[in-house]
Amino acid sequence: MNLLSKYGDQLIDAFLTTIYLTLASLDGALVIGTIIAAMRVSPIPIARGIAATYVTIFRNTPLTLIILFTSFGLYGTMGVALASETSPTFIDDNNFRLAILGLSVYTASFVAESLRSGINTVPVGQAEAGRSLGMTFTQNISIVVLPQAFRAVVGPLGSVVIALTKNTTIASVIGVAEASFLMKTMIENEAAIFVVGGIFALGFMILTLPTGLLFGYISKRLAVS
Amino acid sequence: MRITRPLRLGVAIAALSIVATACGGGEEARTISSSAESGNLIVGIKFDQPGLGLRNPDGTFSGFDVEVAKYVAGKLGVDEANIEFKESPSAQRETLIENGEVDYIVATYSITDTRKEKVGFAGPYFVAGQSLLVREDNTDITGPASLDGKRLCSVSGSTPAQNIADEYPGVQLQNYDTYSACVEALRNGSIDALTTDDIILAGYAAQSPGQFKVVGEPFTTENYGIGLNKDDTEGRNQINDAIEEMVSSGAWEQAFEDTVGASGYPLPAPPTVDRY
Repeated sequence: MNLLSKYGDQLIDAFLTTIYLTLASLDGALVIGTIIAAMRVSPIPIARGIAATYVTIFRNTPLTLIILFTSFGLYGTMGVALASETSPTFIDDNNFRLAILGLSVYTASFVAESLRSGINTVPVGQAEAGRSLGMTFTQNISIVVLPQAFRAVVGPLGSVVIALTKNTTIASVIGVAEASFLMKTMIENEAAIFVVGGIFALGFMILTLPTGLLFGYISKRLAVS
Repeated sequence: MRITRPLRLGVAIAALSIVATACGGGEEARTISSSAESGNLIVGIKFDQPGLGLRNPDGTFSGFDVEVAKYVAGKLGVDEANIEFKESPSAQRETLIENGEVDYIVATYSITDTRKEKVGFAGPYFVAGQSLLVREDNTDITGPASLDGKRLCSVSGSTPAQNIADEYPGVQLQNYDTYSACVEALRNGSIDALTTDDIILAGYAAQSPGQFKVVGEPFTTENYGIGLNKDDTEGRNQINDAIEEMVSSGAWEQAFEDTVGASGYPLPAPPTVDRY
């Protein structure tokens, strides 16, 4: 209880950062993932190849490695900075954006695979009907196929979102001050590893349990009966 | 699959054994003297800290902490070959001692009041202080006063990182998971300095001679102690005696020269043991 009153404000800040990191990365992952999924079913062989390579690379690389690469490879070696170098908060902003980038490209591969399985649930007749009306591939996929595919994969996407929420803890390896970063600080200061671990486990359950329930509910509402 | 009687039995046994091991943690507390009598000691050290506690590729261990651990073991009458070193990452040190998985820990373990509630401390065997490591050619960082607007690196959540964030708000702090990541960032120029306890910095400087240097006077005081079971007063006294003897016999100075001497970091004054 002492710990909660001592670290209350910091806990809220840290979990807010976790939520923000999750939502921002989810946005990026949905955009990239949808494009990749569309490329995977496109009639152009090169696009299919690129999309398959993307999924293979990012789905099979450990997230820690991707996040470390954004800091050491992208920024340290190639000099790609995502914030103004002269800003007094450059390091914090840059790390935060690099983490969002890393989480987005990683999660996008899972979104793309979920969506691809959703696309497979759409009857072939739907796409054929679209084509016979003279729709281009882009029109067909965006107006006919993907809206139906998304309805089918709300449940699996919920699992991706929950996994992403927990994966944001890896951002602390490059110093993003989210929940697990505060956990390290508290463990260092308080010498009470189990209590501190319990607080954070509970915190994450408070975030992920409602997410699961919400996605379950939406998936039921939208299910194609 | 059919649920047969043997299967049910198997599941029951598995469940029971899990419960049994979960409850079986209550073995009698380890004391230094009882372990020393049996002729074997388990000592917690860092495995990844050059100059202090490092596991070499050939499986041997080197560093200042390791030398202290060996000297203390020798004074307890345990042969060097009978010491088993166990990795003790910072976050697990209290748990390892409380669960009796180690006899004592020599792993850059600062004596603090919160930790004293959980474990006992012999020593200090070294008084460290937060300092700065910069590239050899750097001339504009001379101490904490010259840090404004600079980029510093330290380990997420560590005490030195918290000190910088609290006391030098003009400094940009990059937190990584390990000091070696910071050293890499220092080498490629994305940060200006690495900050933590001086002896840890000296260990890194000694690891890559001619690339880095430790600058400035230490600006905090960290008393490195040897952590052991809280109630083992006898063991604490024995270790304290060993530390005092190590300092007075010159072995302490020798250990420092052998492990981090190559960094060029000057030998600090030996510590005075605090028998609380």
